[in-house]
Amino acid sequence: MNYSTPTAPLNYLNHKTGLWSWLSSTDHKRIGLLYLYSITVFFCAAAVLGLLMKIEKFAPGETIMTAQTYNGIFTIHGIIMIFIVVIPGLAAVFGNFFLPIMIGAKDVAFPKLNLFSWYVYITGACLGLYSQFAKGHVPDAGWTFYVPYSAEVNSNIVIALTAAFILGFASILTGLNFIVTMHRMRAPGMGWFRMPLFPWSLYATAWIQILATPIIGITLLMVIAERTLQIGFFNPALGGDPVLYQHLFWIYSHPAVYVMILPAMGVVSEIFPTFSQKPIFGYMPIVFSSLAIALVGYFVWGHHMFTSGMSYEARWFFSFLTFLVAIPSAIKVFNWLSTMYGGSVDLKPPLLYAISFIFLFTIGGFTGLTLGSLATNIQTHNTDFVVAHFHYIIFGGMGFGFFAGIHYWYPKIYGRMYSNRWANIAWVFVFTGFNVLYFPMFIIGLQGMPRRYFDYDPKFQTGQMISSIGAFILIIGLIGMISNLVYHRRRGAIAPANPWHGVTLEWQVPSPPPHENFDEVPVITHDPYVFDNPVIK
Amino acid sequence: MSTTEHSEYIDSETGKLGMWLFLFTELFLFGGLFIVYAVMRSKYSEDFHHAALELNAFIGATNTVVLLVSSMTVAMSLTAIQKNQSGKAVGLIFITLLLAGIFMVNKYFEWGHKIGLHLYPGSDVMKTLPHGEIMFFGLYFMMTGLHLLHVIIGGILLTIVMLRLRSGKINYEHYLLHENGALYWHLVDLIWIFLFPLLYLIT
Repeated sequence: MNYSTPTAPLNYLNHKTGLWSWLSSTDHKRIGLLYLYSITVFFCAAAVLGLLMKIEKFAPGETIMTAQTYNGIFTIHGIIMIFIVVIPGLAAVFGNFFLPIMIGAKDVAFPKLNLFSWYVYITGACLGLYSQFAKGHVPDAGWTFYVPYSAEVNSNIVIALTAAFILGFASILTGLNFIVTMHRMRAPGMGWFRMPLFPWSLYATAWIQILATPIIGITLLMVIAERTLQIGFFNPALGGDPVLYQHLFWIYSHPAVYVMILPAMGVVSEIFPTFSQKPIFGYMPIVFSSLAIALVGYFVWGHHMFTSGMSYEARWFFSFLTFLVAIPSAIKVFNWLSTMYGGSVDLKPPLLYAISFIFLFTIGGFTGLTLGSLATNIQTHNTDFVVAHFHYIIFGGMGFGFFAGIHYWYPKIYGRMYSNRWANIAWVFVFTGFNVLYFPMFIIGLQGMPRRYFDYDPKFQTGQMISSIGAFILIIGLIGMISNLVYHRRRGAIAPANPWHGVTLEWQVPSPPPHENFDEVPVITHDPYVFDNPVIK
Repeated sequence: MSTTEHSEYIDSETGKLGMWLFLFTELFLFGGLFIVYAVMRSKYSEDFHHAALELNAFIGATNTVVLLVSSMTVAMSLTAIQKNQSGKAVGLIFITLLLAGIFMVNKYFEWGHKIGLHLYPGSDVMKTLPHGEIMFFGLYFMMTGLHLLHVIIGGILLTIVMLRLRSGKINYEHYLLHENGALYWHLVDLIWIFLFPLLYLIT
């Protein structure tokens, strides 16, 4: 960890060194990086699993793995990506690192609890991995663990469920910490509506984490009880109700989609003003649309179950609410575009990813409406169309939001610059690969290609092949992107405190920030996003 | 769970806000079970009626009184420390813990009786019962079991409070952990107040 020169000022990276100083650190910045590194490792592993699935589907029939292996791989790909990478993702990494700095605090409200959350997270993540290698069959019920299959199948489901339960606990503790931090730790003068938009998005996210996660906790416990104690909550043979499981599962897991996407929306809301050198267009609408998404997003879970058996009234009601969520999401898109309009737009890598975010998120959003309509849902339910839709939302949304964030804040985190050229080239591969990979799945999905099948009718081969080629392009792009960031971590040019001319508080402290963020507590006298920098005309 | 922060004497308002949020998550945890109970009760109201008659309302009522009194003693103990009477506070926490013990002993005999009658999930007797009764006993064990787990956690928390009261780490200036422990104990009580009528009284 020793990369400081004797003249380098002390910062959070070098004020203490050694592995233990990281593993025992209650500094929110170091904990953010602990999350960053663990999430990156798991993301790479799950991305490779995704690539393996795509290689299997390159041609019809068995190519590189058996059907059972394929079932195991799509299950663990889903569990890792959803529970270990995407749900903690932005909030745990950038939220931990930047939330206290952006509101002018020295740390989160409960620093020890914050470190404890990371240990809970790692325990859950390791248990998830263990379910793959423990004696017995790998879990193959999909990340949704639908009963009765998950209650009856002879595989390591209980371990995987316990892992998801523990990960949920980490998520709750992080959310709780953030809410209290924002209520109690804002710098003097920073009223609620002087908070930057990334903290606002974390605030909305944290409430979902607190209020929805316990439901999945108890639901997973009930499935565990069903498997170990033979209490048949969801098993029809014992009088249980499998559709009830789906309700309980989606009561959490749909709001969880907003846990994934809201912080990404917060990140791009920071990037657009900075790279347009213009105040954000519509601060209040963005704040309230975040809260509206969190609120309405609570009541749309039934749209996952239009074909599972619900009354007609329930179906149209859930469909109506689903359409309602599109309104605050669209408000945000218009605001981001209007922020760029007339601004001094500087197309650096963070903005490239942020614009890609809008593009992909919009496609994901519109196809979401296709799925949310009762009639078209029956055609597209459980097809590759759904898989393409949620990858456009989750990867195109949260994933690209994450990439935008890491390129935006990298100079602040490490005090070094990455190569812009290298980042731009990697972006071309990531963006192209992404669309080549997932767009054909919309088409073959509409033609009837079911999701989660290891084999397919030869008529889908062209689409599947294009999609598999896209997977390779995407992986090349990801390798390029990550190696750029890793390589310049120590070799990049020294970054100034404010390389992008941002105006939020994190740009007012040195890069990397000092151990306690601020030498003296900042006093906030104006709204966020006021640009008075002389370089701007 | 601001408890981990105790040694640094974090701001009491901050600590309590964290505890309240944590209590919300606990309510939602049980909320999931209450939903299942509601759905199953409407589906199998007849069977639930028969199965609920098996429960001993007397033991249930005794335990309700025990928990209510323990909630009172923990609140009195908090008032005592606020008045700088730490000896009295320790004594009242001790009584609270005794009452928690009585609750668990009652629970032990109650569960023991059910298991003696082979009324536990997966038993041979249970398999012969109608679906709704299996569901009722499944819910009974799951809900009271999860509640019992909370009684145990609350008991451990209050034991820590008692030890810190004795060592003077909790005193009339810094009693955040005491307050949060009492809040948690009230939650344990509150959830039981709902479990008792749902399982024992509505037949």
